Amino acid sequence: METLSYRHKAQERAAGSKSLAIIGVVASGNLEVLVERSLPDTECQVDINTAAEGFGAVWEAVIADFVERRSPGGLRLSVNDGGARPDTVALRLAQAVRLIEEEDR
Amino acid sequence: MTLDDMLASLFPEGHDVRNDNGVLLGSGPLRGGGRAVVIGIADRIAVGVDEAIRLSRHVLNAMERGGTGPILVLVDSDSQRMSKRDELLGLNEFLAHLAKCLIYADMQGCQTVGLLYGHSAAGAFLATALATRVLVALPGAEPEVMDLPSMSKVTKLSIDVLKEKAKSTPVFAPGLDNLAQTGAVLSTWDEKTSLAEQLQTLLGSDQDGGDRRDRLGKTRRGRPKAADIAERVHDLALQSK
Amino acid sequence: MNARKLEAPDLSRVANSKTVSWYEASARQRVRLMLDAGSFREFIGPEQREQSPHLRVFDLPTQFDDGIVVGRGRIAGTPIFVAAQEGRFMGGAFGEVHGAKLTGLLRAARDTKSVPVLILFDTGGVRLQEANAGELAIAEIMRALIEARMAGVKIVGLIGGRAGCYGGGGLIAGCCSALAVSEQGRIGVSGPEVIETNRGVEEFDSRDRALVWRTMGGKHRRLLGGAEAFVDDTIQSFRNIALSLIGSVPSFGLDVLKAEQARLEERLQRFGTCADAIDIWRAEDIFDAEAVPAISSLDFIDLANRDGEPRYDAR
Repeated sequence: METLSYRHKAQERAAGSKSLAIIGVVASGNLEVLVERSLPDTECQVDINTAAEGFGAVWEAVIADFVERRSPGGLRLSVNDGGARPDTVALRLAQAVRLIEEEDR
Repeated sequence: MTLDDMLASLFPEGHDVRNDNGVLLGSGPLRGGGRAVVIGIADRIAVGVDEAIRLSRHVLNAMERGGTGPILVLVDSDSQRMSKRDELLGLNEFLAHLAKCLIYADMQGCQTVGLLYGHSAAGAFLATALATRVLVALPGAEPEVMDLPSMSKVTKLSIDVLKEKAKSTPVFAPGLDNLAQTGAVLSTWDEKTSLAEQLQTLLGSDQDGGDRRDRLGKTRRGRPKAADIAERVHDLALQSK
Repeated sequence: MNARKLEAPDLSRVANSKTVSWYEASARQRVRLMLDAGSFREFIGPEQREQSPHLRVFDLPTQFDDGIVVGRGRIAGTPIFVAAQEGRFMGGAFGEVHGAKLTGLLRAARDTKSVPVLILFDTGGVRLQEANAGELAIAEIMRALIEARMAGVKIVGLIGGRAGCYGGGGLIAGCCSALAVSEQGRIGVSGPEVIETNRGVEEFDSRDRALVWRTMGGKHRRLLGGAEAFVDDTIQSFRNIALSLIGSVPSFGLDVLKAEQARLEERLQRFGTCADAIDIWRAEDIFDAEAVPAISSLDFIDLANRDGEPRYDAR
């Protein structure tokens, strides 16, 4: 198992008022992302636990791209990864941010 | 210890327990007075629909007679019977029904005591030994939830690797020590002294209602989280609206 | 606690839950879509990070909720406790934390006495890597479940997920007040592969899907009496049947146990020599037994209802 952690500055605070959201399932080729609104508005952190070791560079690139596109300011994203491909990771990260930005019905 | 020797030591005054192709049914007098109902599995047979239905009937008969004496569940079984027929007929219901009868009896005041004297595994273990209030074992008993060869096949780890990992945790490998540490088995009896005496002591000891196996597992460090998690959920639920 | 919406955005765009597949949904989606909007409060949610302490030994990833969602909510205004297993995480199998969450919920139901429990089963049984803890959890769940039923609590099991309801899960299901199952659902103790591995392919060919479904699947369980109700694979159907069963099952006690003993003895007597499910269905005078596997869920529901209601005085 490998643990990775990336801290970034974000352009702006993620929208909405929800403090918590979760998406995905830990299974082969899949991952779960827990997102908490617990950081200062221009900070973002992604913590990863993964069974697939040695892919640090790939995670770094995917996350840097994600931060650039989605500006997840104030969000801490925690990932349990079951060996997902980079595009699945990118999808889940984006879904997680959309979820926490959604208004409560 | 053979089954006959065990029964003789449990009931030195005699008993009427019969072994009918591995299904044990009967009763015997207790040291301190009264009579114990006895059910069980012998000769390491598998527990299928035909066995389970007879055991549950014996328990219910005792309940209907208004019995207040303890129910002793003697176990030397294989796993549940693995067959098309048993699954077709709804084995899950038969095993659940046996467990329900035992749990119900215990809640009505008929203390249920499991005595593991041989093997047991998986679904058979759940419906018999693990459906009692307290479970004790004789030395040499071999309880097993999941056998290592099957685990090896599914995890794709060799048996040697599994055995190595089992040295650092009691949570998955078979064996009396592991099942004791996780809270399933209360204690191992001494087969060289009277089992009747040991049974009497057990029946007389603290029999406060409630399932405390998770707390035992925590004390013995076999299950560090179960008791606390259950308690937290319980308390949160009670506070919720 | 803040109301939290923990669901996938794609499903939230669906206008209503009438057509959402139970089978395809995650545990969280089933809970959210089945319960009244905004009513769900989770106990020890994923943000608590109470994960399995035992999977690291096997280099396996953990899930923040250890594969089960437990909490309280309402269905059509009726308060309920709910537990939903995630069948895609470790096959929905019972581990130490996973099991303990359900044990605690059932003990709370026992002490509350007035709130029914829904268990959304999706499990292969005990989690191998934590076998002893998983097995004990199941034993404790069964004990807590019966204690709750003795206190008057109705406990309804819903089965229709990817993992089915196998192993110790099948035993817990047998302890519930009533069960509802869909076509995709399966209920058993030993899974098809386990029977084949232990007894050979002649005893059970695990790759014969039709055989698996005839032997353990939703339709057979409904016709045999292994489940009280058969429903369509939609969240709405499960929601409706849950309410219906909560309202209709009797209390638990010696009479129910005696009725169950009689029911199971009669089953053995009538069907104990049947070689296959089709023989059982024929013996039950089911019209055109061979066609049962192929007919639609809605047609099957009609057929099953025509052939008499299940006994509600047993189980």
